[in-house]
Amino acid sequence: MSLINSVPEMVLTSKVDAMLNWTRKSSLWYMLFGLACCAIEMMQTGGPRSDLDRFGMAPRATPRVSDLMIVAGTLTLKMALRTKVLYDQMPDPKYVVSMGSCSNCGGLFQLAYSVCDGVDKIIPVDVYVPGCPPRPEALTEGLILLQDKMMNEKWLTRSAPLTVA
Amino acid sequence: MALSKELREAVPAAEAVVSTNAGGEVLKIRAGAAFDAMTYLRNRTDEPFNQLMDLTCVDRVATDRIFEVVYQLRSLDTGRRLMVKASVAQDDPRIASVASIWKSANWGEREAYDMFGVCFEGHPDLRRILLYEEFEGHPLRKSYSYLKRQPLVEERDPIANPWPAKDLEPR
Repeated sequence: MSLINSVPEMVLTSKVDAMLNWTRKSSLWYMLFGLACCAIEMMQTGGPRSDLDRFGMAPRATPRVSDLMIVAGTLTLKMALRTKVLYDQMPDPKYVVSMGSCSNCGGLFQLAYSVCDGVDKIIPVDVYVPGCPPRPEALTEGLILLQDKMMNEKWLTRSAPLTVA
Repeated sequence: MALSKELREAVPAAEAVVSTNAGGEVLKIRAGAAFDAMTYLRNRTDEPFNQLMDLTCVDRVATDRIFEVVYQLRSLDTGRRLMVKASVAQDDPRIASVASIWKSANWGEREAYDMFGVCFEGHPDLRRILLYEEFEGHPLRKSYSYLKRQPLVEERDPIANPWPAKDLEPR
């Protein structure tokens, strides 16, 4: 941080930011979090036809090494507690993609006694992918949107002391 | 109607009545004698109903002030099917467990307890099977409001109270 603070910000840090963002977006490891039928489409998206590996994305079985949580399926109130715990276990910076109508707003089951209507009531969501379930193309589009969002972030500038700016 | 007569002779306290519904046999019995009647049906000599396919419950509180426990039986020898219904009172829903007769009744009874609050006496492990332990009430009862929610974690209204933007938040 001291090196960054000692040079003019507009010259170097923006480029380092861009490079860091590029590396981050090119190795998005996502946590497998299939809750219902959307998980089948998520598997399809990771499969050979719409290959997620070409974006540097790899499925992970644990939140501790994941950058991204794809919430795929109906979130029940019982699972919401686990979702919150798993999200808290992910290291910063972390992202959440809400996949499908159920995790966006509860979908078909939003009036059920056991369903949490929207994962954004529990954890912050970066990209919402509509559909019931979304096709692999839709999920890929959502992930590209997330990559665009990551490219516009300025983590280094943001973390620098306010006096430098 | 032979089954009704047979059961009336074997277990008179059950007061069995057989009817047909949509081509299937329906046997109504007294809840107090349910265990004896079910034991008899399981151990009949010529055509034992040795498979319990399903065990559910119906809320008939609004019309009859009862919960109806429904057993779906099948004979593996002949393929004959039988639906057995037993009524329990709404204010004290109790019936004997049949988990010692058919092992498949174990989880079915736990589900009926979870959703309707029917107490199965003699069940080896009567606790909730689907919902969480903190849940209060029994959601498939008609008296349970469909708008009621029992969240375990604090919920936030993301429209009225949006989450802070990630890249603006101080670290």
